[in-house]
Amino acid sequence: MSQTVADPRLVAARAAPKKRMRLSWSDPLFRAIVWQIVIIGVVALVAWYLISNTIANLDARHIATGFAFLDRVAGIPIGESLLPYNPAVNTYGRALLIGVLNTIKVAAIGVVLATILGTLIGIGRLSTNWLLARLTAFYVETLRDIPLLLQLLFWYTILQGLPAPRQALHIGSTLFLTNRGLKIAELDWQPADTGAVVAFLIGVCGMVLWSRYADRRQDATGVRPSAWPVALLLLIGLPVAIWAAMGAPFAIDYPSLRGFNFQGGGTVSPEYFALLIGLVTYTASYIAEIVRSGILAVPKGQWEAAGALGLRNSEVLRQVILPQALRVIIPPMTSQYLNLTKNSSLAVAIGYQDIVSIANTTLNQTGQAIEGIAVIMAVYLTISLSISLFMNWYNARIALVER
Amino acid sequence: MSTSIAASGHAATRERPPIGSVGVVGWMRTNLFGSVWSTAVTLALGYIIVRVLFAVFEWGVVHAIWSVPYGKNGIPDTSVCQNVKGVGACWAVLADKYRLILFGRYPYDEQWRPAIVVLLFIGLYVVSAMRRFWRKELALIWVVTLALVAILMWGGVLGLPLVTEDYWGGLPITLILATFGLAFAFPLSVLVALGRRSTKLPAVKVLCVLYVELIRGVPLISVLFMASVMFPLFMPAGVNIDKLLRAQIAFILFAGAYLAEVVRGGLQALPKGQTEAADALGLSYWQRTGFIILPQALRLVIPPLVNTFIGFFKDTSLVLIIGLFDLLTMGKVALSDPPWQSFSTEVYIGLAVIYIAFCFAMSKYSRNLERDLSRARNR
Repeated sequence: MSQTVADPRLVAARAAPKKRMRLSWSDPLFRAIVWQIVIIGVVALVAWYLISNTIANLDARHIATGFAFLDRVAGIPIGESLLPYNPAVNTYGRALLIGVLNTIKVAAIGVVLATILGTLIGIGRLSTNWLLARLTAFYVETLRDIPLLLQLLFWYTILQGLPAPRQALHIGSTLFLTNRGLKIAELDWQPADTGAVVAFLIGVCGMVLWSRYADRRQDATGVRPSAWPVALLLLIGLPVAIWAAMGAPFAIDYPSLRGFNFQGGGTVSPEYFALLIGLVTYTASYIAEIVRSGILAVPKGQWEAAGALGLRNSEVLRQVILPQALRVIIPPMTSQYLNLTKNSSLAVAIGYQDIVSIANTTLNQTGQAIEGIAVIMAVYLTISLSISLFMNWYNARIALVER
Repeated sequence: MSTSIAASGHAATRERPPIGSVGVVGWMRTNLFGSVWSTAVTLALGYIIVRVLFAVFEWGVVHAIWSVPYGKNGIPDTSVCQNVKGVGACWAVLADKYRLILFGRYPYDEQWRPAIVVLLFIGLYVVSAMRRFWRKELALIWVVTLALVAILMWGGVLGLPLVTEDYWGGLPITLILATFGLAFAFPLSVLVALGRRSTKLPAVKVLCVLYVELIRGVPLISVLFMASVMFPLFMPAGVNIDKLLRAQIAFILFAGAYLAEVVRGGLQALPKGQTEAADALGLSYWQRTGFIILPQALRLVIPPLVNTFIGFFKDTSLVLIIGLFDLLTMGKVALSDPPWQSFSTEVYIGLAVIYIAFCFAMSKYSRNLERDLSRARNR
């Protein structure tokens, strides 16, 4: 490395003689250029043909292209939305935005739940208990072999077949399962609760900083300071203190039966619930296999070597096995997360109003087929790209650092 | 036993293992009751499984209704089923509707034709699965079988009455979409994978990357929507392409992108020395690709190819959303008949059994193949 400037004569001698392109079929570079021009030309011709047909067709049907329709009043009734929405006033643009949020709502919660369920099942398949291992294997094998759409329809029918609110299945007065969805008791949200959540997030940041400090201490002294007092203080003490300082309000909004339906409490609609159950159970069967193969990919010698060093079982899992297993697990896990997100588009079949469903209604009402599909594709491409960028970043972070 | 061993003298000193560590008891002690936790899990799961199995058996067999009487005008009298609803299954709905679910609205007297088509498809899968048929002739077998399928379904020749696509439905549609989709998507995917690996044609490479990533980034349903609402706009006025064919094209484009990634995996797994050796022999690009690279690369990716195929087989059910009459749609159509409306669970179970039968056979095959191939490699 010390010799930074190479001898120019040597460089010149080492470089291959530069060939000039000849205009002859026997020259590979010339052939490559001709072929590329031909292929691109054919693709461009086909594209031009399709586009000119489309323009002619749109003219014949008097459909104006462009996204001007986004500013018109939608008039689409939307059952559940995270934003205030009134079909008589709000525009198509807002309706589509609500669709995007609904898609994200089901995908984000679905990814978390599917990861938890899938990991549990994947570990269950490795259990030494024969019954547990066979049962989880049966789960994986069965759910993977039934189309997701069929499973969604099945769950939706089951949820619709539940008793009416008056005969609801319930756990105490906190949770009611009826054909109108799931009703749960909800905390009456106060500013103090927001304060507690913010304090908890600050506590999490504090824990990260503290664990860096602990790493340095361990490197310097060989002894890691014990974690639980700090964790207790930062993660539980701080939020509770803030919450108490702001008046400690505590009220629970219980759902109660008035007339034919429940009032109060939180609601999970049957459509959302069916979609979530279907997506989570289906994707978990794939994640289970990924987790299982990831753990199996770590050689047994790693367990034994870590044990010989005197590490405790929990330390072995956390410091030795998981970092190695995650390297195998993350890439296929990414594609499962993407699959779950894309599969959430099946919501249209059971009437959950995600982006596909709302865009589909929009294009039926306005006739803006191209724009409607462009919106769907753009949304999914953006979500897909964001997930894969994040997962690639995470993957690079945990990747094996080689020389 | 012990006396005979003792009598033979020299074996008398050999001790038998304790009764608890061998045989059924030993197996149960290690695999079911290994520790306190294991015992607890076994007992809890065992209790739940027995309860569930009993409940399912009572619902599905003991209290089940297998057939219902028919009224004068041929309308089934489902009051028997309504009475046991929730207690027993009503399999009579499948007995009444299985022809509709399996073959759709295909003319009743001609339904032997789709039945043969289904058998032809199964035969095609079995033949393709046998390793002795992994030769160039397999492509010929596929062409002949698919041509036979087309003749049988459409008819119009050899004295078979013509049946247009509007009357097709059920299992043949599912199999046609999946199989024709694979047959056309596979060559496309090989070309795209080669294009994506190409170093000398950067423009082609960009095109292939765009196609693959664009398709893989969006859900199948949006591609199907595109086929059903946008495709008519693409065509010149007066040209009207059938809905089934449009869905088929969407499937081919979609499958092509996913298969291309599988094939690319095979191309990447091949050692570079193969390319270099072929170059050293003076083979041209297509000779090298056709005789050296592809035969090895494609063999490597057969198990993931089968898995991808299973995925497409399941994905064909999505045509329900654009209103094509595949197996799942026919199940819903059967359920729209007023007498049977409330027996969807039974119909869905019936459909699930058909899908599981196909997918399980394929995934079992894929796993065995994977084991065999890796055994050959890891010798």
